[in-house]
Amino acid sequence: MESEYAIIGGGVVGLSVAFGLIGLGRRVAVFDEGDGAFRASRGNFGLVWVQSKGLDQPAYARWSRKSAAAWKPFADELFRETGIDPALRQDGGYSIHMSEAALAATLADYERLQSRLGGERPFDVLGHNALKREEPHIGPKVAGAILHHQDGHVNPLKVLRALAGAVRRKGAGVRVNSAIRSVRPGRGGFEIESVDGTVHFAEKVVLCAGLGAPALAGALGFKAPVRPQQGQVLITEKIDRFMNRPTDCIRQVDEGGIQIGASKREVGLDDRETLATTAQLARDAVDVFPALARVNLVRSWAALRIMSPDGIPIYQQSKTHPGAFFVTCHSGITLAAAHARFLPLWITGDEQAPDLSVFSEARFDVRAA
Amino acid sequence: MFERLDPSGGRPVVFSFDGARVTGRQGESLAAALLAEGFAVLRHTPVSAQPRGAFCMMGACFECLVEIDGRTVQACMVAVRDGLVVNRLGPLADRAPGDNS
Repeated sequence: MESEYAIIGGGVVGLSVAFGLIGLGRRVAVFDEGDGAFRASRGNFGLVWVQSKGLDQPAYARWSRKSAAAWKPFADELFRETGIDPALRQDGGYSIHMSEAALAATLADYERLQSRLGGERPFDVLGHNALKREEPHIGPKVAGAILHHQDGHVNPLKVLRALAGAVRRKGAGVRVNSAIRSVRPGRGGFEIESVDGTVHFAEKVVLCAGLGAPALAGALGFKAPVRPQQGQVLITEKIDRFMNRPTDCIRQVDEGGIQIGASKREVGLDDRETLATTAQLARDAVDVFPALARVNLVRSWAALRIMSPDGIPIYQQSKTHPGAFFVTCHSGITLAAAHARFLPLWITGDEQAPDLSVFSEARFDVRAA
Repeated sequence: MFERLDPSGGRPVVFSFDGARVTGRQGESLAAALLAEGFAVLRHTPVSAQPRGAFCMMGACFECLVEIDGRTVQACMVAVRDGLVVNRLGPLADRAPGDNS
């Protein structure tokens, strides 16, 4: 078994990269660990979100916005390829604030970033009354919101399914239940050994294995300093149209339920939810939308974010093993369009490749005092 | 349509469904009583507006949803009783305020 590019990781990140490489005419094989893996792609919140990204790193803000701007044609392409509609709605999203002070502080952050990025500001500040005109169900405790016009959301499970279907349809193998034991240089490329002993040869390898990456990274010369961060999500029964746009913690999904999220817990590789977190998320959501107190929760789950030390993606070509690439990020949905359309140009060394040097692992090197 | 196996079984109990006076039998679930009285369609789905009614009768399928005291409940998991006020699911804002305390 041979391929030009082996993608280690069959989540949204790996499949987006695979989809893009196939689009450039490359022969690709994808290896997916299986349902026992910690799958951020199956548990995430589904936002295509830019407003809070890169406040201290304008290059990350630009990269997120570039991806957000590419999402509509990307979603259309997935639909054409597979008949699966990722349910992209991208007509803005809110960060909700419960005090004037919090709203002002966030606005100051956003304006500081915008002055570094230049150009017209893509957001508006809505006081309580203006927000109430947009979202009639907000409660009296809400001070206001920032409505960012590039934000939106998708159905992340449909994105995952469409990507997997499209990659298969385009002729790439997606090997499931294929956890990788080791990736080692050999025969002028890389030998990729599955836990069942199967060895696959690839000329190049892209490590997109999320929380599984650190175990494989060292042998390829990467540091892969990622850690799990738990987030919990609640979903309610399906109700009639209740919200017009998503917030960063509450959204109405295309299938009618209200999804509530945004908890952050540092508990290692533990994806069990807690009742205390469920209660806190529910209380916070009812503060924003009091009518939710009358809506039944039907499910909750926790999943693990893949966090780098500064929360920003890592894109690194191995210095010791040319042809090995490491790709990781926390925002695999937001960045899916960039990973499918622009990142493959960097991986293939195209002259149109974006400059991703700020996303190198070198930023984590300890410098001499 | 559905008929009761034992038309004389159980004491009659009177409840309301969407404003209509409905007579069920003591010991029946609300879903069974509504089916027996000819209410096959209990709601329309929020996104695609397709008709839905009682199906599994055992709490699994969540198709028989109705509103009681401002909350969504499965009609198959509620016993009928005199004076029970049952409504079809409507927009959240139109529901009875219920007890949110």
